[in-house]
Amino acid sequence: MNDFPWLTTLVVLPLLGAVAVMALPRTKGERAATQSDLPQQVALGVSLLTFGVAVVTAFQFDTDASGFQLEETHNWIEAFGAHYALGVDGLGLVLVLLTVILTPVVILASWRDGDRGRWSVNSFFAWMLALEGLAIGTFAATDVFLFYVLFEATLIPIYFLIGGFGGARRSYAAIKFLIFSLLGGLVMLASVVGLYAESAGSDGGPTYLLEELAPIMAAADTDVARWLFVGFFIAFAMKAPMFPVHTWLPDAADEATPGTSVLLVSVLDKIGTFGMIRFCLGLFPEASEWATPVVLVLAVISILYGGLVAIGQRSIPRLIAYTSVSHFGFIVLGIFVMNSQGHVGATLYMFNHGLSTGVLFLVTGFLIARRGSRMIPDFGGVQTVAPVLAGIFLVGGLSSLSLPGLSPFVSEFLVMTGAFVHNWWYAVFAVFGIVLAALYILLMYQRTMTGPVRPGVEGVRDLGVREVAAMAPLLVLIIGLGFFPKPLLDVIEPSVETTLTTVGAEDPAPDVTEADVHAGGSDEEAHAE
Amino acid sequence: MSFEAPHIEYATLSPLLIVFGVALVGVLVEAFVPRRLRYLVQSVLALVGLVAALAATIWVATDLTVRGDGAARGSIVAEGAIAVDGPSVFVWGTLLLLSLISVLLFAERHLDGGLSAFAGQAAALPGTEAERQASTRGLEHTEVYPLMMFAVAGMMLFPASNDLLTMFVALEILSLPLYLLCGLARRRRLLSQEAALKYFMLGAFSSGFFLYGVALVYGFSGSTHLAAIAEAVNGRIGGQGLLLGGIALIAVGMLFKVGAAPFHSWTPDVYQGAPTAVTAFMAACTKIAAFGALLRLFYVAFGSAERDWTPMIWIVAILTMAVGSVFALSQTDIKRMLAYSSVAHAGFLLVGFVGLHEGGEGISSLQSVLFYLVTYGFMTVGAFAVVTLVRDAGGEANHLARWAGLGKESPLVAGIFAFFLLAMAGIPLTSGFTGKWAVFSSAAQGGAWPLVVIAVLLSVVAAFFYLRVIVLMYFSDPVGDAPAVAVPSILTTVTIAIGLAATVVLGILPGPVLDLAADAGAFIR
Repeated sequence: MNDFPWLTTLVVLPLLGAVAVMALPRTKGERAATQSDLPQQVALGVSLLTFGVAVVTAFQFDTDASGFQLEETHNWIEAFGAHYALGVDGLGLVLVLLTVILTPVVILASWRDGDRGRWSVNSFFAWMLALEGLAIGTFAATDVFLFYVLFEATLIPIYFLIGGFGGARRSYAAIKFLIFSLLGGLVMLASVVGLYAESAGSDGGPTYLLEELAPIMAAADTDVARWLFVGFFIAFAMKAPMFPVHTWLPDAADEATPGTSVLLVSVLDKIGTFGMIRFCLGLFPEASEWATPVVLVLAVISILYGGLVAIGQRSIPRLIAYTSVSHFGFIVLGIFVMNSQGHVGATLYMFNHGLSTGVLFLVTGFLIARRGSRMIPDFGGVQTVAPVLAGIFLVGGLSSLSLPGLSPFVSEFLVMTGAFVHNWWYAVFAVFGIVLAALYILLMYQRTMTGPVRPGVEGVRDLGVREVAAMAPLLVLIIGLGFFPKPLLDVIEPSVETTLTTVGAEDPAPDVTEADVHAGGSDEEAHAE
Repeated sequence: MSFEAPHIEYATLSPLLIVFGVALVGVLVEAFVPRRLRYLVQSVLALVGLVAALAATIWVATDLTVRGDGAARGSIVAEGAIAVDGPSVFVWGTLLLLSLISVLLFAERHLDGGLSAFAGQAAALPGTEAERQASTRGLEHTEVYPLMMFAVAGMMLFPASNDLLTMFVALEILSLPLYLLCGLARRRRLLSQEAALKYFMLGAFSSGFFLYGVALVYGFSGSTHLAAIAEAVNGRIGGQGLLLGGIALIAVGMLFKVGAAPFHSWTPDVYQGAPTAVTAFMAACTKIAAFGALLRLFYVAFGSAERDWTPMIWIVAILTMAVGSVFALSQTDIKRMLAYSSVAHAGFLLVGFVGLHEGGEGISSLQSVLFYLVTYGFMTVGAFAVVTLVRDAGGEANHLARWAGLGKESPLVAGIFAFFLLAMAGIPLTSGFTGKWAVFSSAAQGGAWPLVVIAVLLSVVAAFFYLRVIVLMYFSDPVGDAPAVAVPSILTTVTIAIGLAATVVLGILPGPVLDLAADAGAFIR
């Protein structure tokens, strides 16, 4: 069973699905609403099938073993030292799971969002599936060259998704996104080329395989490693996005359809933080230690800046985008404090942030589609006319501000613990980010959902069956993992140990049990009450 | 005093001789074959000739003798005038393949009312009765085929020359037919003639520089043989001024041909004015031939003087990339934009060229530049072939504004063109990426770090103007009546298909061609 190329299947299945969806008869524009929903149905089917395969794959994963599993390695371009090499560790598996969970949810929630695009409905869903396949490939790549190629390739579907199916200024947002990403990508290319120059001089000849590169880089000149680290880090910081290279995200999130925003923020941006762990820490441990002070300060600035700016936003998607800047600050903080709490927390945070932001963006999308506006002042009193919608929105919001009992709390708590262990000053500043989170979420909820029903809001219907069905899995996960995060922690911990051994962090073995988490949880709850 | 006939290795030189022979036969065809048959005879002759030359090239390539330490293979033939070695043969093969698909573009007659893209009677003044007559009688110039074959022969000889005088002769053989071809457009003849005149004037000027440089180098070394020059440069026997002046002047002539800044100013005008089929051929093949010659000249003859010329090439490379990328941003004509893009590509090629990485470990500079030339050639011919398809009443619709909304009008053509643009921008999974990767890697290994970083940053600027066209095609609505996409005959279709296939395959599985470039080994001396 284990010789079966599970990961390749996970990459190829959605890509084939994308081709299949494009091959269906095209529907577009006004006609689309009256015609059959075949593209949507096929896309949903493919994404569910992918989810099924991913679940089967996850069961092959041995949580006791460290290092990459389910590996497939084939020579690709020998002269470049490039391989077609896939494999997952705990980190990769968690993000692959996040991708396969969110894609069907997004497809179901975006059922009608492709109707009024520049191109056919088919292309909307085909690009989504293509994105899923490429994203899974990125998370599973164990060869730097392959990773780079897939990393850049993900830009194309998301570019067309933003530019073809969004708001009035979508063209601007799409090109801004693309220029930022290309700039980051090409800066990384310089470092990728540098890795080649280093490895070509080694005994085994050029190689891009992570396992072979790590020892080569360990022996490399310190200055070279630091320069290469900087190239990778800039690219990942732009992707994540971190202050001060975050400015493309609010525009993109504001103009894109909600489904696109979810895929962008919850899945694609994770490539940035994923890359920091996998490549920055994995290949340049010394340089990562060297850069830690700067990175941590930037992370704290991201946390505070994202939170502060979010409070002042009038557009709901923009607000959520800025909250993500803040959340990504937490993730980066967790990564660069270089201890087990921080790392386990950051990895878990990536997963949980995907869920909570997914809920927020999608519910906001439902709301905007009903009201025809995305501005906070246009709303008010929604909870009286659409209680289910408001309720789910509240759960999403509360999870975003890390209410104890919901899954993001566990991860944020761990990151904060890690920050305290590292240097409590960072934690002190980061705590303000949590306060800001409460402010921006609750203020937004108060302004849009409570109070008297505003003119224009009376007609807002409550969520339909399809919409509730789309949100249900996310809510179940948010609540379920809030109380019982153990399965994910079991998957994450061995890979964290491996990373920390590479970095050489002197730290007791990760010892995070449910009990700790719950103890922490109940403390906070007591405070809250 | 007895006269000894020069010894010519006919078998080894057969690819070159076949092309020259076909060109000469083509001239005879013009004289003796009735007019209505000429198109058919000429185009078939050219195709068959190129295929035969390609077959001969493959045969020569399998039969190269190993020399010395095994790093280089091949032999010096024709009394030391020509070096048939790995890189020569590699360039020959590339040139012949690209010429083959360019001939198909030359022969295309479906796009413009059953006539080729070339003037009915080049001698008739634009706007005169004679021109109208030529037009109504359906005349066309079939001399373009022999002219093109002469150019191909010159291009093949240029990078294989082992002697500066042979190199100069080759330079003229390849240039003169191109000047003529540029002026033969059927539509917009004034523009075309202007292009031809500009190209000729500047080209003649640069040839003068080249020749003067040859004279100075001869003054320094006492020989025009590359090997003898290399020896003299190595020995540094005094007369540094002569050598440096010679290198500089020869470099001007060479850099003019490759279209490097600040000697690039002819490219936009000429690329715009020339018939698009000629532009495609010229943009791809001239650059390949000129880079082949540049590599041989500087690696073999001036290799020991690298400290003297690398700073100059560094500056030229940076300038070329910057000028190409930045000026392309402001272009409103698709052919001019592609011209500046080819300038930028020349800059990236120079980055690979100046890395001076010998190989042994990883990719050598020579290998990377040869590989980049192949990728560049196919995407360029393919992109210009697509340009010939987008037309309105006045011929090709080259103004960028006319391309707005093409994605809606003709998704297939727009999609293919977008793919070529992405390849030129160096997006992964296209040949442009693997090519760029190769030249950057070899430069990085050679220690040209700052150059690689600058090249990477300028790639972003370059990517922006390619994207601008994609945005225009997909995200804008047509202005006025949309240009029609003409349905081409099988000829252009095949050209585009081959360009596309090469761009995809070299992007995903570049291994075999990279290995071929590696097998080419070093230049023989």
